[in-house]
Amino acid sequence: MPASGLTGSRIRERRTALGLRQSALARAVGISPAYLNLIEHNRRRIGGKLLVALARELQVEPSALTEGAEAALLAELRAAAMGHREVAAEHDLAEEFAGHFPGWAALVTAQQRRIETLEQTVAALTDRLTHDPQLAASMHEVLSVVTAIRATSAILAEGGEVDPEWQARFHRNLHEDSRRLAESAQALVEYLDSAGEEGGQVGVTLPQEELEQWLQARGFHVPELEGEGALSPQELVAREPALNRARTTASLAAGWLERYREDALRLPLERLREAVARLGLVPDALARELGCELPLVFRRLACLPDAADTVRPGLVSCDASGTLTFRKPVDGFPLPRYGAACPLWPLYQALARPMQPVRALVEQPGRTPRRFLCFALAAPAGPVGFEQVPLFSSTMLILPEELAPEDPVAPLLPVGASCRICPRGGCAARREPSILTDGF
Amino acid sequence: MGKRVLLIEDEPNIIEAIRFLLSREGYQVDTHTDGATALEAVAARRPDMVILDVMLPNKSGYDILRELRAGETTARLPVLMLTARGQRRDREMAERFGASRFMTKPFSNSEMLSSVRELLGS
Repeated sequence: MPASGLTGSRIRERRTALGLRQSALARAVGISPAYLNLIEHNRRRIGGKLLVALARELQVEPSALTEGAEAALLAELRAAAMGHREVAAEHDLAEEFAGHFPGWAALVTAQQRRIETLEQTVAALTDRLTHDPQLAASMHEVLSVVTAIRATSAILAEGGEVDPEWQARFHRNLHEDSRRLAESAQALVEYLDSAGEEGGQVGVTLPQEELEQWLQARGFHVPELEGEGALSPQELVAREPALNRARTTASLAAGWLERYREDALRLPLERLREAVARLGLVPDALARELGCELPLVFRRLACLPDAADTVRPGLVSCDASGTLTFRKPVDGFPLPRYGAACPLWPLYQALARPMQPVRALVEQPGRTPRRFLCFALAAPAGPVGFEQVPLFSSTMLILPEELAPEDPVAPLLPVGASCRICPRGGCAARREPSILTDGF
Repeated sequence: MGKRVLLIEDEPNIIEAIRFLLSREGYQVDTHTDGATALEAVAARRPDMVILDVMLPNKSGYDILRELRAGETTARLPVLMLTARGQRRDREMAERFGASRFMTKPFSNSEMLSSVRELLGS
């Protein structure tokens, strides 16, 4: 796969690699060299027959020329423009911009991501200042003592009649209050210091992102927690610096890894592999065969170790509010970093039909639409009882079409990533306008 | 005869300072520290004005203010609210619930005295 993301650049790289002249390639596919030059500089969009013809001449799959990074880069550029409407960035020229100045385009998107992260951090810190009970209590204590000191010392300093007995009393009060003030100020400073350390770490990335980055780097498979002699999740967190820089990340990671360990005990890797070899990636058949519930099978399938060259399924889960609580990305199926996703996802359908398995063949829009077979189930997230209303969470396994078992019996469902970057018109589920005027 | 001020505040050294300050000016000062029984204290002491802290144990000063304003005999009682937070939201709350005046801690003694004089019309 070429390094640069845009179709034209990929065509140019591939042609150069094959030692083909521009004019020769243009002739072979029946277009003028000037037109091919425009295409190679990302100034003309292509698709359909011409793309297929070029791919054939270049001896690659058409998808190798179009997929992945390009759509994501353009969506991010457009999202950045959307955030600053007042500067009126040239929406329709996003592709050309990305094509001509790939470095600058990457910078814009990197900064956009950084800004989003910082905005989240600021919101979190503001929340903390407003709602942190410990901070509020400390501030109240300091202000109360200062008030007493101010009123008392003013009585002594501003003259007026104060008999000796009262004077002695006020001096005693002042002494007492000043000691209290020193103590509460000290406590406040210590508290702010520790909050600052933690905040500094949070500023880089959010806890959920830190955990996901760590998992991403190891392909979402954690051999330390598999099989005999596994580490305890706490031990693992303690020995991984990336997971224990911030307390919030450490506790999030411990919770996630705890469940991973439980899952691994209940459905050991070898049993799962053996069953997959026999039955294929068919979650319900696997669940029946292995005597496990579906969400467990979803999670274990998403955490299978990397076999060379295979695309592995993605996984996404959400709580009852629809907030994504876990994301394992899969190429071509964008999972929004913040905010809500597409309400048409089977993940959300499942929430509306708890305990009923939902399966759908979904199609993500794009110049080359991609299809995925999705399996979802919403189940109670914790223990259930007659005394409390159960809290549901939903989990969805995302199989790229090429991994899906033969002939999936599922209706085709057009979906998106989230409304802002979704080009679908006439969608009943749309909640905000798209920033894409003409699709990808 | 001195007018009666009821000070509802839970910080003993603040109570002592304010009590001294107002007494020296000739006011008669009663004090009360518990939010939950503040209304009973007002009914029992029948003060000419109330100095009311917002952060009281067991019941918020805003709740006490609201109930005072709803009461027949206390609806027009002058109330000076004290709060440790000078945020606009607090001031707005105090105004909405009908505080006669609002003062942020730490206040100066002269500020306190002039507010009390003004509210008692003396």
